[in-house]
Amino acid sequence: MSGTAANIARIEGAGKIDRTRPLAFTFNGRKLQGYAGDTLASALLANGIHLVARSFKYHRPRGMLTAGNEEPNALVQLERGPYTEPNLRATEIELYEGLDASSVNCFPNVQFDLRAINGLASSILVAGFYNKTFMWPKGFWKKVYEPALRAAAGLGVAPDSPDPDTYDRMHWHCDVLVVGAGPAGLSASLQAGRRGVRTVIVEEAPEAGGSLLQRPATIDGVAGTEWASKAFAELDAMPNVLFLCRTSVFGYYDHNYLMAVEHRTDHLGPGRSPGVARKRLWHFRAKRVVLATGAHERPIVFGNNDLPGIVLANAACTYATRYGVSLGKCGVAFVNNDHGFALALETQAVARNIAMIIDPRPDPDDALVKRAAALGVRVLCNSVIATAHGWNRVSSVDICPTRGTGLARLECDHVLVSGGLNPAVHLYSQAPGKLRYDANLACFLPDQCIQTVEVAGALNARFSLDSALEDGALAGKRTLHTLGQAVDAGAPAEAKDELHILPVWSVQAQLGLKLPGKHFVDYQNDVTEADILLASREGFRSVEHTKRYTTTGMATDQGKTSNVIGLAILAASLGKPIPEVGTTTFRPPFTPVTFGAIAGRDRGSLSDPVRTTPMHAWHVDNGAVFEDVGQWKRPWYFPKPGEDLHAAVARETKALRTTAGVMDATTLGKIDIQGADAAEFLNRVYTNAWTKLAVGSCRYGVMCRPDGMVMDDGVTARLADDRFLMTTTTGNAARVLDWLEEWLQTEWPELEVYCTTVTEQWATTAVVGPNARKILKALAPDMDFSNAAFPFMTFREGVVAGLAARVFRISFNGELSYEINVPSWHGLALWRAVIEAGKPHGLTPYGTETMHVARAEKGYIIIGQETDGTVTPQDVGLEWAVSKQKDFIGKRSFSRSDTARAGRKQLVGLLPQDKAFVAPEGSHLVASPERSTFDPRLGSPSIGHITSSYYSPNLESAFALALIANGRAMHGKTVYCSQGSGLKPMTVTDPVFIDKEGKRRDGID
Amino acid sequence: MLQIDCPWCGMREEMEFSYGGQAHVAYPKDPHAVSDEDWAQYLFMRDNPKGLFLERWVHSQGCRRWFNVERHTVTHEITAVYKPGEPPPAAKP
Amino acid sequence: MTASTDRVSPLENWTARFAAASATPVQFSIREVAFATHINLRVDAAAFGAKVRAVLGCDLPVVANTWTTGGECSAIWLGPDEWLVVAPDGRNESFCADLRTALSGVHHAVTDLSANRTMLEIAGSDARVALAKGCPLDLHGSAFKPPQSAQSLLAKSQVLLQCVDANPVIRVFVRNSFAAYVAEWLLDAAAELAASRNLDTPRIANRLA
Ligand SMILES: [Zn+2]
Repeated sequence: MSGTAANIARIEGAGKIDRTRPLAFTFNGRKLQGYAGDTLASALLANGIHLVARSFKYHRPRGMLTAGNEEPNALVQLERGPYTEPNLRATEIELYEGLDASSVNCFPNVQFDLRAINGLASSILVAGFYNKTFMWPKGFWKKVYEPALRAAAGLGVAPDSPDPDTYDRMHWHCDVLVVGAGPAGLSASLQAGRRGVRTVIVEEAPEAGGSLLQRPATIDGVAGTEWASKAFAELDAMPNVLFLCRTSVFGYYDHNYLMAVEHRTDHLGPGRSPGVARKRLWHFRAKRVVLATGAHERPIVFGNNDLPGIVLANAACTYATRYGVSLGKCGVAFVNNDHGFALALETQAVARNIAMIIDPRPDPDDALVKRAAALGVRVLCNSVIATAHGWNRVSSVDICPTRGTGLARLECDHVLVSGGLNPAVHLYSQAPGKLRYDANLACFLPDQCIQTVEVAGALNARFSLDSALEDGALAGKRTLHTLGQAVDAGAPAEAKDELHILPVWSVQAQLGLKLPGKHFVDYQNDVTEADILLASREGFRSVEHTKRYTTTGMATDQGKTSNVIGLAILAASLGKPIPEVGTTTFRPPFTPVTFGAIAGRDRGSLSDPVRTTPMHAWHVDNGAVFEDVGQWKRPWYFPKPGEDLHAAVARETKALRTTAGVMDATTLGKIDIQGADAAEFLNRVYTNAWTKLAVGSCRYGVMCRPDGMVMDDGVTARLADDRFLMTTTTGNAARVLDWLEEWLQTEWPELEVYCTTVTEQWATTAVVGPNARKILKALAPDMDFSNAAFPFMTFREGVVAGLAARVFRISFNGELSYEINVPSWHGLALWRAVIEAGKPHGLTPYGTETMHVARAEKGYIIIGQETDGTVTPQDVGLEWAVSKQKDFIGKRSFSRSDTARAGRKQLVGLLPQDKAFVAPEGSHLVASPERSTFDPRLGSPSIGHITSSYYSPNLESAFALALIANGRAMHGKTVYCSQGSGLKPMTVTDPVFIDKEGKRRDGID
Repeated sequence: MLQIDCPWCGMREEMEFSYGGQAHVAYPKDPHAVSDEDWAQYLFMRDNPKGLFLERWVHSQGCRRWFNVERHTVTHEITAVYKPGEPPPAAKP
Repeated sequence: MTASTDRVSPLENWTARFAAASATPVQFSIREVAFATHINLRVDAAAFGAKVRAVLGCDLPVVANTWTTGGECSAIWLGPDEWLVVAPDGRNESFCADLRTALSGVHHAVTDLSANRTMLEIAGSDARVALAKGCPLDLHGSAFKPPQSAQSLLAKSQVLLQCVDANPVIRVFVRNSFAAYVAEWLLDAAAELAASRNLDTPRIANRLA
């Protein structure tokens, strides 16, 4: 590993890296070395590597532009195999032993990229190129253009195997949430923390300090970094304070709900913290929020401003001060403000490599100019950089006076740029807070927000250290004051102009010249100044439209370095002031969040509750194939060895009609309805009448919504004069209870009725078929199961298999049927006893598929299958359950013109003329086989659709239920079901296929 | 995500609640005395203001009680919470 | 033909996993408390609370989201006219019958839900953090302490939480069919906290205490 010219760019004695802990890492296959405390970016630069990526569209060589979260260029693919993660910013990746990264977007390699040919063809890859070029011919987009473009333009690659890491989530409430632990954030936090209020501080860097880590500073007589670590230590020791580093707040939602992602183990390397969740998604609910998110420096647009070696002044200073990395031997700085000017000098103080500062202003701050002279830096006022030159790295720049002409070429190996500061208003804007444009500072600032939020520090235009510290403390005090703490909030300090900026957005525009080279605005999406000007010429006026047309600011960096510049260029081209063009709305996430972090712990068996009944273990042991019904797992069918669904269902259905079947019906919703007005309440919510139902009896009921459409159905039993037990469909149990409560609480509070869900109190075993009575007799010798003593639609309480039970004689299949209810803790024992008792009688366990076939053979509807919210009880043949006398929810709607009209779809049966043809459910039906293509201009109109369709071994034919216009008048007619390219004739019948007289339900006494 | 002040349970997260649409749309006393047009109004038509809106919520994962909320549809600010049967806050200028 | 009269609880097969997860009970422990008497009671407590007290020996709490205890029972507030009465195993039938008698003629509902839910009792310094991973309530020691209770969500399951000891001991009432999901979820949450013990678990637990 020696002799790799390791760390050639490291500045002796500078930086806060730990030189006693060297770390080996690999970049694009090259073995390299950095130190603990490095980022991948700083370690690469320390090794003299500036070229790290290729741009998205033109595949131009790119290097680090920044040293932070705003980085648009230095995207890498981190690690390999299942751990690989694409498009991470090298500027944010903490170096660890064995780190393995590679450039994204490069083929065959970053030094020589074949697709840079796009750069040669760039005159056609202008704004709107995709929209304009790939519209026609129509089919070409999917087949030709899209795959080719995706292959050429793809960023990194997603892992192709399951993510071996785990992720976590946390809900957290606090009084004060401080975002950002720079000088202002720390200052505000100390105010809050010392007062004892519940405080959370969230910092995305590995340690507190913010700008104190990036440039030299002194606070209270100690180094800025030392002050920051002391503040951190003090806060972190407070039991009322939670200090989270390596955590990015990415979303600011309503009522001070903020979300953040904590990177807990990324800095340790993949797979090295078994059992520890890699990332944790924090959900904060804060009474008050203090945003101290700082500011991003912004570039200036000039020719070839994207060349590697051209960096923001803040980044150069950070690399030198924090990481001890020099960006080259000969640097020039191009700044238009005091802040950038100072950063260039601070860089020079450490790195001793800045030859010249080029400043378009006529009169930079005197003190700064003097300091420059003392540090040996030449200052060239009234000048700009027009164009940079170089191949894979900047090698010279053309300098031009702001007035007059004439270019001077200056050799250099890196360039520092500062075009001003953009306060990081993203979270504030999400809140949503309104922004205002400050023409003096040439930036957008927080203005007004509906939420209880304070802003502090650079975000609040306090760019100097002293004013940021003061501003943070004031924000903390104001926050405490609004929380009712006895704190004097004090008067807000007047903001001073600490930038003295001369706005230069684009050098071409400034000079009024056309300059050579490409002038980049959005580095990540490769959007140039020319693209924005073209959009403007083509008539785009709104910033939102221009943004989408040119894709400015729409890459994963969300335009942190480009948005404001793009807006300024658009405004200038429209001849409007910037505030009139507006700014775009910032949306979450502020920084990319992985799907793993969002999924959190909701993976695998925890992705959704799997609800099972007390009998589930038996079903599993006996080979059930399960079906999801909502969150429930219900046995779908019980195949014997070698059986498929069809064979198993044929056997189960046959058994149910010839011997006996048993089904777990526990999942049906059950609601205990009690109170003096219970019967009146049912009268109002069901279409039929309940007053006269005898205690001990049951009745089928249909529930409608006020629009008259069927909502749910089920059997309700009268347990006592003032008590009913209602059953609902499995999927609607919660919905029906909510519905009942809604009417009771909001419309009929005068009714004395209480509803309690008892779904899971009871386990329900349905014993069905001609032998059901024999089985029940064997189980409950003390109960009388004769038709006379225990008629259809009644229930009895008794002892079944030694267990206290309630037995209902109801049927969802036309057969003699008993549903035995026992407390759920006895469900499995009862089930086993039933299976045992049924053995001599051919008792066959069956699942939901057989239940469906059997009920469809009888023409019984299933809510959500025969009904879809547009179907009345009359449509599905339930007039008999609709009272003519009393009123009920929905009744008024039966006389509405659409509900009462002739020609509505009605429930019918269908028998295919080809008995083997099981029509797909949902198939449309046509009345005539003529002109039978799918083309809506040629085909017959649909007269209805198939709602249920099965093969019936009892009928020895496929059959279906359908809703057909005027269906009841069409019995005996032929309709046609579309199937593949042809039509299948089917005969319309009554929906009851079996036992029309209803003799079977009483069995043989 | 909103934070909603259940009149019984106090401040809870929106995920515990279900939305119930516009408040004070009373079920007609005698639906059969209402014209088809008015009945259709009751069934299908709801206000959709930009600004303050009276709406119903139910604390479905909590105390299961229905109640009314006055919410600003632009800012989502909740300006009042009151129980069923209670009058809405006086209209604001 | 008779069946076994032994009752089966929803988490009967989880005992070993619960024990393993409770190896360091100062940090975390979990157990199922099965078969307790659970009675859902609905009545106007202001008018008829005394009748209830005469049966249960326990006042119905009128402060929302709190619980009281008395006699053999505790009563947990569920709504302005709704409580969950929790009593020892086997008292369901007699309490239900006695309550119905005491409240006859009064608008009320007494519903035996003893087999409807089960209860998980979790305790230890990690317990609050484990819940905070999936519950949107403020579970800070100053905000959720005896005699408080709350109905909310734990991940994707509705739950009733009862803080029986500030230390804390927290009971998680969950419907049978969600019990396995909630148990799996809690074990997973606790395992992660145990694995992160050297990273940040104590720090976070302290800040919820
Ligand atoms: Zn509530």
